[in-house]
Amino acid sequence: METVQDLVHVLADKHGRTRESLLPILQDIVEERRYLSKEVMVDVARELDISAADVFGVATFYTFLDTVERGKYVIRVCKTISCSMKGKGDVLATIEEMLKIKPGETTPDKKFSLLETNCIGWCHKAPAILINDTPYTELTPEKVTEILREYIKK
Amino acid sequence: MKNTHVKRVDLIFERTECKEVFAKVITMKPDDICQEILESGLKGRGGAGFPTGLKWRFTALEESDEKYVICNADEGEPGTFKDRQILDEVPEKVFCGMAIASRAIGARTGIVYLRGEYKFLLPKLNKALDEFHKLMKEFKHDFEVRIRLGSGAYICGEESALFESIEGKRGEPRNKPPYPTTSGLFSKPTLINNVETLDYCVMIMKYGAQHFQELGTKDSRGSKVFSVSGDTPRAGIYELELGMTVAQFVAEFGDGDTKAVQVGGASGFCVPRKRFDETIIGFEGVPTGGSMKLFNSSRSMYNVLHNYLEFFTEESCGQCTPCRVGCQQLLKGVEAVKKGEKTSKYLDELLKLSRTMKIASKCGLGQSVGNAFSSIVENFKEEIIY
Ligand SMILES: Cc1cc2nc3c(=O)[nH]c(=O)nc-3n(C[C@H](O)[C@H](O)[C@H](O)COP(=O)(O)O)c2cc1C
Ligand code: SF4
Ligand code: FES
Repeated sequence: METVQDLVHVLADKHGRTRESLLPILQDIVEERRYLSKEVMVDVARELDISAADVFGVATFYTFLDTVERGKYVIRVCKTISCSMKGKGDVLATIEEMLKIKPGETTPDKKFSLLETNCIGWCHKAPAILINDTPYTELTPEKVTEILREYIKK
Repeated sequence: MKNTHVKRVDLIFERTECKEVFAKVITMKPDDICQEILESGLKGRGGAGFPTGLKWRFTALEESDEKYVICNADEGEPGTFKDRQILDEVPEKVFCGMAIASRAIGARTGIVYLRGEYKFLLPKLNKALDEFHKLMKEFKHDFEVRIRLGSGAYICGEESALFESIEGKRGEPRNKPPYPTTSGLFSKPTLINNVETLDYCVMIMKYGAQHFQELGTKDSRGSKVFSVSGDTPRAGIYELELGMTVAQFVAEFGDGDTKAVQVGGASGFCVPRKRFDETIIGFEGVPTGGSMKLFNSSRSMYNVLHNYLEFFTEESCGQCTPCRVGCQQLLKGVEAVKKGEKTSKYLDELLKLSRTMKIASKCGLGQSVGNAFSSIVENFKEEIIY
């Protein structure tokens, strides 16, 4: 398995080593590893020749740049008004029940993390969630059960 | 009988031969392009409503070795989802709008800032981008567009925060002035427009300013794409002529029991039933980036307000005190009133605070928290208290 340093190096080659490249590099690390460890942030700082504090500062600013360990599949449940009016509570309860975790938590096998998020741009098809980058809309407890079953099989 | 008819328009999603439009544009003098857009009366569709032609002309007038055209596809306002649909259905038109702008202002680089929530659109956008770059080559027009992703921060839709984000920093808004037209991305003159605005620019160049100008009203020319959600049997995306009243809108989209419409999302205004008739949706009345949420009488406006305040408390970048602390205090304040820990008089204090935030906050986020707050508190006081 490639080491963290290798990964950072490859990504810096791909995106460049200017300050402008910081976000794309961090985004790609999250895509690969699902979160930014302290170690990886220090490596990125070294690779771009900026202070680690700058990297921490940026990483902690953006909600999608997780700095705590997350599962392979990150489920983000929209909690903004349209979704919350249209049954978000039932959908969330169903997920909690199936995976036995609460928002902010990760399953012990590190397969799933459950989070809440603000409007994801599917209000007309509320309630909506994202699993990693994929949106699922017009959810019901039945529908989300079926979707999760597929992911559990993966 | 009252006229309840709302006119549908089909410009934004109309299939358009971008090659033909650009062939026409490339023969025009840059300032004539700005003039055409200016004459159409088009105002920015991202919320602030600045005349697009003027913005283009200001950026064109700047002398600089480098200028940027940026498409704001951060679409984070609760209740808007039209930019996603535009990028999904007609991405080539958005890129073409950027190319027209690049010709008008003299830029070689374009960037689309796409919210992370829309990352699933990337394969499609990259494909359209390849075609677009081929087209630019055919015309020997030196203009390249790349896509940058956001990472789940609503504030990055604010233009100067967006620049900071592209520069690899925390998305914290800058002081204004200077405005982007003089000093934007990397301190270079920068033209930033919303997805929908850029699409309309293509249609204006295709059909002429007159065609667009004939739609709408004096203050709100043309049409607009609305994102309709909430208590409505017709949730979805609709392009409508500007100038309708909320009453006309509700007649078309309501469920027969609409008690309020939130126009413009969390940073917009709540219009109660008694004001439906007199309130025009547009720059002369309630402006909107397109978010239209309907609430029927089964909804608690306290829950709506609480949800919005939570949203702002989380999304405030925290850089300036009036907004950072103000959002928290408004949220805590309405909770305290609801629980009976504070008397209803306390709401007046909170209203004062929201007015202070409007004046003292650094950017549009903190400045507009008071819109939803005051319009909901003033019109639905009982629901907040009891
Ligand atoms: C907090 C905040 C969030 C914003 N979010 C967006 C957005 O997601 N999309 C957008 O086009 N404009 C957004 N804006 C407005 C932009 O700052 C800017 O005015 C707009 O992109 C200009 O384009 P236009 O003239 O075509 O409307 C936001 C403004 C503020 C204050
Ligand atoms: S008003 Fe709010 S979002 Fe804007 S700069 Fe101040 S703290 Fe940040
Ligand atoms: S409110 Fe959930 S997608 Fe917009």
